[in-house]
Amino acid sequence: MSTLPSAVHTPRQVAERRTKGTHTSMFVRMLIRAAVLRRGRAASALLAMVVAAAVATAMMNLYVDVQAKLRTEFRNYGANVVVVAKEGQALPANTLASVESVLGSKALAVLFSYAVARTKDGQSVVVVGTDFNRARQLNRWWGVSHWPVSANEALVGMRAAGLVSPDRKPFELTFQGKAVQLATAGLLQTGAGEDSRIYIDQSEFQGWTGVTPTTLEIAVNGSLDEIQQAMKQLAAALPDVDVRPIRQIMEGEAKVLNKTRATLYASATLIVLTASLCVLATLIGWVFDRRRDFAIMKALGASERLVNGFFAAEAAVLGVVGAIFGFFVGIGVAAWIGRVNFHAPVIPRFSVFPYVLAGSVAVALISAILPIALLRRVEPAVILRGE
Amino acid sequence: MFPRLVYESFRRQTRRKLLAGMAITLGVAVATAMIAVATDIGDKISRELRSYGANLLVTPQEDTLDVEIGGVNLKPPSDGAFLNEADLPKIHGTFWHHNIVGFSPMLPVPVKAGSGSDAKDATLVGTYFNKLLSFGKDDFTTGVRITHPWWKVQGAWPDDNSQNVLLGEHLAAKLAKKPGDSIDVSGHRLAISGILSTGAAEDDQIVAPLAVAQDMLGKPGAVRRVYVSALTKPEDALARRDPKTMTPEMYDRWYCSPYVQSIAYQLQEAIPHSHAEQIRQVAQNEGTVLARIKGLMLLVTLAALFASALAVSAAMATAIFERRREVGLMKALGAGNFTVAAIFFAEAMLLALIGGIAGFAAGSFLARQIGRSIFNSQISIEPVLFPIILAIAVFVTFAGSAVAIRRAIELDPVFALRGEA
Repeated sequence: MSTLPSAVHTPRQVAERRTKGTHTSMFVRMLIRAAVLRRGRAASALLAMVVAAAVATAMMNLYVDVQAKLRTEFRNYGANVVVVAKEGQALPANTLASVESVLGSKALAVLFSYAVARTKDGQSVVVVGTDFNRARQLNRWWGVSHWPVSANEALVGMRAAGLVSPDRKPFELTFQGKAVQLATAGLLQTGAGEDSRIYIDQSEFQGWTGVTPTTLEIAVNGSLDEIQQAMKQLAAALPDVDVRPIRQIMEGEAKVLNKTRATLYASATLIVLTASLCVLATLIGWVFDRRRDFAIMKALGASERLVNGFFAAEAAVLGVVGAIFGFFVGIGVAAWIGRVNFHAPVIPRFSVFPYVLAGSVAVALISAILPIALLRRVEPAVILRGE
Repeated sequence: MFPRLVYESFRRQTRRKLLAGMAITLGVAVATAMIAVATDIGDKISRELRSYGANLLVTPQEDTLDVEIGGVNLKPPSDGAFLNEADLPKIHGTFWHHNIVGFSPMLPVPVKAGSGSDAKDATLVGTYFNKLLSFGKDDFTTGVRITHPWWKVQGAWPDDNSQNVLLGEHLAAKLAKKPGDSIDVSGHRLAISGILSTGAAEDDQIVAPLAVAQDMLGKPGAVRRVYVSALTKPEDALARRDPKTMTPEMYDRWYCSPYVQSIAYQLQEAIPHSHAEQIRQVAQNEGTVLARIKGLMLLVTLAALFASALAVSAAMATAIFERRREVGLMKALGAGNFTVAAIFFAEAMLLALIGGIAGFAAGSFLARQIGRSIFNSQISIEPVLFPIILAIAVFVTFAGSAVAIRRAIELDPVFALRGEA
């Protein structure tokens, strides 16, 4: 029995035991007991923290990702860069291949070649040679009743149809004395110049007219800077042609995107601010509510540093746990918004986690320090008497 | 006694009430601002989408085919039909004229640019730059500066009543001309007021006031086509139907909706012998972009509403939890559960109303600021929003307090007073 320290109670031995004993274990125990015994209050504080962190994560993820999502929507407007041959020349034969090797998968390029043919009764009509599969991807707004599939089928513009084949029967066109028979596969409606033209397959067009492509329309994906970068690369790779931006498309997109981004930014700021203030209010209430704990600790002789450290550690743990849970919930929310609105999930960005973590811990610390600073001025006796 | 209890509670616990009240005000302000922005964003973005230019094209009904490659017209100049310039102001008299942002007539004329042997074949396009027109008692301006906002001019825009022209940048480079020079165009001497850059066919053309082009063609009042830029509603099943197959009620609904199709129909009615068609590249994509942005803002608004509801609930729960000694005292003095709950709910109601009103005012201000700084225009707050917001504020405050109030009431007064809760 003499080995048990509890059997010996001289003040000196007690003091010795206390200095040897680990303060840290007591500290951790206090933290755990505080969380377990007051789990209702701790849970509500944690919930507020999780919601705030989730909302912040979701908004940051969305803010970064929405621009990319919207850009793919804007690509439905079609080409934003055009490569044209210098006057009186045709595009070099390797143009398409070199554009594709420069830009790779982030661009869609379609060749167009033009010629003026004559109908049987001598009327002029513009015939365009192109790659239908690519044109279909590039110009999604084209209203097409049926895309050509087999040889000698043509896509006939709404207004051209009235001239060449009002009854949708096969028709004949001549170019420099060479005649060709074409069948109407479908009608094309765009409301613009395309309505007056006839589109046929590129190789058929070349075999018939001998005219090579003069225009390459490119839809480049990316931000304004990336597009300008791509144009510089193209101009360097293709010195014999003109690379021009389609300003109508580029500037319209930039304007709408900027406004959307600014609105989203303002909304995100407001929401994150509300969530942080909600956490602040909840935590301040929580800490203030525990002024008795605070007073008892002080009355039992705890140093200022220990008390401050205890509440700060508690807040920090809350901040870290809240940030971790909130981050995953927030990623889920962002993914859900992406799926509902853009039919494509928002890619989780782990790079925002440090910001969420730092923000959560900072808010938690502020809300712990504020009430403690207020309470420090009050005598423990006053608090314990319940005044 | 009841009103006095509530009154004293507000008077003596100013700090706590202020904290809870602030949370409600903030929550309501954010909710109001977000709802206002989300309801107005469609209108605002739809205006921004007008920077893509015209979405409707009006052409003569009996027009021959365009024979045009890369902006060079290969058709004989006087071939085909024309619209009458005098009919254009009637566009301002159509049912949806408030939705028509602007229109620009175009009249291309093949010309010889330059003098002597250097003369080049080019196209001169006559149009309105910023022309003052009047319809009835209304004066309004319209032209390419509104419908083609991506056109950039180095130098000055010409006056619509002058003989000054803009020279496309590629043509200007070929002819070595700069602003302030003059140019011979098919025997007329015209002053170049600026160099035009558009990234399209106009870069190789000369753009002149409409009267100059008509003069050169020898057809006063002639217009080849008109580009119209209109605010439209995204297309739906009704929009795509043929008006001829509709019942009279359906036709009325179709006619009175700003679909691109119904505006085209009205333009045809306004301008004799014309055919109006949507420019699909602009009109069709507008709807999807608009729907995506609206959907995004709606979801973000939902997130904002959720966050503010939680903020309010948390603040209320904290405020009530702090007062369980008071509940214990009241119950020890003989107050029934109902009375205690009634006092708390009355306080919550009062807080919600005050916070709701303050929050609505702050939120309207916030929405206005967002509208002004981002879109340079007002975000209008519907008055009907006020009772709705107030009702939501009261509901959320009640819901947030309910659990805390129940727990406070269920507590045994003895424990509450000993501080052992």
